[in-house]
Amino acid sequence: MIPPAFDYHAPTSVGEAIGLLARLGGDARVLAGGHSLLPMMKLRFAQPGHLVDLNRISALRGIREEGGVIRIGAMTTEHELIAFRLLQEKLPLLPEAARQIGDPQVRNRGTLGGDLAHGDPANDHPAIAIALDATFVLEGPKGPRTVKAEDFFLGLYLTALAEDEILTEIRAAPFAPGTGWAYDKLKRKTGDWATAAAAVVLRLEAGKVAYARIALTNVAATALRAVDAEQALLGRPLDEAAIRDAMARARAICDPAEDLRGDAAYKTAMAGEMLRRALGHAAERCR
Amino acid sequence: MNAPIDRAAALAGIGQPRLRKEDARFVQGKGRYVDDIKLPGMVHMDIVRSPLAHARIKRIDKSAALAVPGVIAVLTAEDLKPLKLHWMPTLAGDVQAVLADGKVHFQMQEVAVVIAEDRYSAADGVEAVAVEYEELPVLVDALKALEPDAPVLREDLAGKTEGAHGRRLHPNHIFTWEAGDQAAADAAFEAAPVRVEEALFYPRVHPCPLETCGCVAAFDPVRGELTTYMTSQAPHVVRTVVSMLSGLPESKVRIVSPDIGGGFGNKVGVYPGYVCAIVASIVLGRPVKWIEDRIENLSSTAFARDYHMKGELAATADGRITGLRVHVVADHGAFDAMASPSKYPAGLFHVCSGAYDIPAAYARVDGVYTNKAPGGVAYRCSFRVTEAVYLIERLIDVLAQKLNIDKAEIRMRNFIRKEQFPYRSAFGLEYDSGDYAAALRKVLDAVVYPALRAEQAAKRADPASPSLMGIGLTTFTEVVGAGPTTSCDILGVGMFDSCEIRVHPTGSAIARMGTISQGQGHQTTYAQIVATELGIPSEEVQVEEGDTSTAPYGLGTYGSRSTPVGGAAVAMAARKIHAKAKKIAAHLLEVSEADLEWELDRFKVRGDPGRSKTMKDIAWAAYHEPPPGLEPGLEAVHYYDPPNFTFPFGAYLCVVDITKATGEVQVRRFYALDDCGTRINPMIIEGQIHGGLTEGFAVAMGQKLDFDAQGNILGNTLLDYFLPTAVETPRWETDYTVTPSPHHPLGAKGVAESPHVGSIPCFSSAVADAFAHLGVTHLEMPHTAYRVWQTCRELKLAA
Ligand SMILES: Cc1cc2nc3c(=O)[nH]c(=O)nc-3n(C[C@H](O)[C@H](O)[C@H](O)COP(=O)(O)OP(=O)(O)OC[C@H]3O[C@@H](n4cnc5c(N)ncnc54)[C@H](O)[C@@H]3O)c2cc1C
Repeated sequence: MIPPAFDYHAPTSVGEAIGLLARLGGDARVLAGGHSLLPMMKLRFAQPGHLVDLNRISALRGIREEGGVIRIGAMTTEHELIAFRLLQEKLPLLPEAARQIGDPQVRNRGTLGGDLAHGDPANDHPAIAIALDATFVLEGPKGPRTVKAEDFFLGLYLTALAEDEILTEIRAAPFAPGTGWAYDKLKRKTGDWATAAAAVVLRLEAGKVAYARIALTNVAATALRAVDAEQALLGRPLDEAAIRDAMARARAICDPAEDLRGDAAYKTAMAGEMLRRALGHAAERCR
Repeated sequence: MNAPIDRAAALAGIGQPRLRKEDARFVQGKGRYVDDIKLPGMVHMDIVRSPLAHARIKRIDKSAALAVPGVIAVLTAEDLKPLKLHWMPTLAGDVQAVLADGKVHFQMQEVAVVIAEDRYSAADGVEAVAVEYEELPVLVDALKALEPDAPVLREDLAGKTEGAHGRRLHPNHIFTWEAGDQAAADAAFEAAPVRVEEALFYPRVHPCPLETCGCVAAFDPVRGELTTYMTSQAPHVVRTVVSMLSGLPESKVRIVSPDIGGGFGNKVGVYPGYVCAIVASIVLGRPVKWIEDRIENLSSTAFARDYHMKGELAATADGRITGLRVHVVADHGAFDAMASPSKYPAGLFHVCSGAYDIPAAYARVDGVYTNKAPGGVAYRCSFRVTEAVYLIERLIDVLAQKLNIDKAEIRMRNFIRKEQFPYRSAFGLEYDSGDYAAALRKVLDAVVYPALRAEQAAKRADPASPSLMGIGLTTFTEVVGAGPTTSCDILGVGMFDSCEIRVHPTGSAIARMGTISQGQGHQTTYAQIVATELGIPSEEVQVEEGDTSTAPYGLGTYGSRSTPVGGAAVAMAARKIHAKAKKIAAHLLEVSEADLEWELDRFKVRGDPGRSKTMKDIAWAAYHEPPPGLEPGLEAVHYYDPPNFTFPFGAYLCVVDITKATGEVQVRRFYALDDCGTRINPMIIEGQIHGGLTEGFAVAMGQKLDFDAQGNILGNTLLDYFLPTAVETPRWETDYTVTPSPHHPLGAKGVAESPHVGSIPCFSSAVADAFAHLGVTHLEMPHTAYRVWQTCRELKLAA
């Protein structure tokens, strides 16, 4: 549990950080909360020669609403996501998910940007970002560019981030009035990653589903948007038949890896069950 | 003179819920654990471990490691050979490789050690040691160990047909142990109208103390003395072993167990890491620190359980048990390093007839080698008692189900009755005291048992119900407090324990013990015993343990032996002092001893209430003006050899709700009644019970060390290994009865392990009960949502 030697850099601006990444090349890794990277280094699964610590870059922290869009700095911690009033009012799915991540130690240091950039399908924020239809701002030597959450996750630990890019901001539209939301996560114990989890954003009009966005955690190499399940609900009342339909379609896209949490059959079934729970909770909040 | 009631309160003796004295330093982070110890010139050790479960070592190349800056030395079995320390004896009469000698027998086995100036260089050195292996076929399944073509593990034992416990039947066989009367049991089965049998696997689990194992070995080459700070539950035994292994006289070996962050049996044995650190310190003349990380702790230091049990009950049609037969295949891993009294290779498993009056019984345990880490320790239980209680409690449920008799009722019909004590079981144990029926009745009344059964019946009748309800019950007896030296020893040292008390001139006192607390609160409770016995306020009694240079020799703390054995030693040492104090009081008061009576903290002259001498007065006089002919001072030492084990017992009830769709098990209610005889500190007892129940919950619901077909250990981090937090731990309801032990000086029996032993089968009983109406008799632990869901699916309760 002791990492090999590495060099440590502590830039104070995004420009400086990008410059370091460009100069140091593939041997450098960005350090955010360290709650995914450091365990991998201690197990010597990751052996970067250089760490570029983003913790001193204040521009990467904070949450604000600007031009009708909520903008969250990549270095905002889980704890801050939970505590920030603006999110509770306008994007309550984020704090609901953050509360279910790790334990207080993890939430005090772990960041939204790190959780996304890590590219781990077991992490909770990827599915949440997809359910929120979020946009990510990536900044590299050639300047900033934006990528939709849905297009960001390419595979296991693989994202749209280039080696010399930093994820700087996460943007999402605030919930329209009457939006229901839920994140239901089955886990073995507190501090665990999901056996399976489902994020739902839902609007009902005249008793029928007018909008549904569904994403699943830890049932494939990346978080999944369950488009077919969404389609199954649109225009229908959220009754048992519709829910079963959505569950079946969600299960159909699952391709989980077996581990000690369960085999593929269990995880797939649980993705369906979590979707059922999330739909129920989201519907209760649609008012 | 204060009223006796105030004086009793001031003493804070036996029966008082005194606050734990050790907590102030722990909650403030001021404890002193092994890893807090930093000595001048100290170097660090790290261990090269095998990635394979069974392989021949072709070559070890140290050169790259020795070239790492800061690395001082790399040791392998070849380096230990000249010292004859490449193998070491185990507590179970086997030998264990200190560093793999030509062959590795389990994944994570110790292959080499690297000593370096700092912890980082040591880790880099470990990575740089190149070991070439040739893979061998792996034996994972204990039930296949004795097959004719099973891979042979222990080539070092080739041709040895006699082991430490008799004949070995196969190269992978360690011992056969039998208890009871096979012919009588067979006869009972032949005559019985009813028989049930069940195969029960008690999985391999690990005690997983929060503090992992470690030591700082400091050899002083000038004085020729070795001091080792060590996370040991048995420092005195370790001193003896280290002296025997190193050739240093025992007087020049000092073992210190400082504060210990939990042991639960994991810290009884001597591990290769300790031996290597000691050797390195002797060779280098510098202190050497070795601290395990969590993965190493879970993978290589002692596990518990791993018993494949087959049990059978014979009974009459009305559910009276007439016979018990048990066969166990015990997976001991690659070396037999089970920690147990030497003559008991299956520990005290023969308590498996439980709290029931079973006339005929026979048990046989066969120990086998597999490609897994050695161990087999008593994880928060007396030796193999958890396994025994699990067996009988599950079996009696199965019998109840077969006969359609309620679980509570069948227990009532079979209990050893109060008037039968002392009771000799069919296995030959003499149970000291108990009142099992009263305990169970109290629990059933408290939870309104018939109402629970009615609720369950209603739920079962409703197929649309999304959940199942299960009610678990256990009524168990333990056997703890090892033990009488006639039958209990460790490496030949009898399992007595000891206490030395010194009363200082001004009336305060210090008590030193052969036991060692790992969280049990000895500092608090032992002082309360002294307070009651000697009339010295417990606040003024210092308790010290763990330093072999100052404490009297004792066998340590495990198997709930501290109160039954160590606590008795405190009382007996105090009584010696009390007797001397009485002589001094008689002298001071100028009366004969027969004219004195003891009241809390003083001797009073009978019939003359004005005249008395307090223990404080007497202490001063003992140093200042001892009576003629009496030596000065006021101290005593006592080595207590218990006449028998003690038998704490309890009745537990658990209610679970199971979600059919996900398999999640919610513990709705857990009611635990314990009888540990005389209660020394009710608050500490409750704390111990909460802790034991929580660990029992952990075992039943999620702890399991699994292996794949290649012998790779699975789930050896806290990501997978289940340590419940306050979030998932159920709420505990506790209760008690008091049935003192007739042979213990205080009537106390020991408590800390009952809740672990008793709760595990209770959870299983509840989970199986939820499915009982569907014909399920037993479900293997751990009862994780995943596994329970599989049952739901098989029974078509889940999609
Ligand atoms: C015990 C435990 C339990 C946990 N449970 C959960 C859980 O239930 N759910 C969950 O979602 N997570 C969980 N985590 C992971 C935790 O949330 C991590 O904090 C998170 O995955 C990574 O965020 P970080 O800020 O710690 O990033 P780091 O660990 O510092 O970095 C992670 C990776 O992302 C890269 N990176 C970080 N920030 C950026 C950036 N701005 N731009 C580009 N690359 C970047 C790093 O280079 C690194 O490769 C758990 C962690 C632990 C230790």
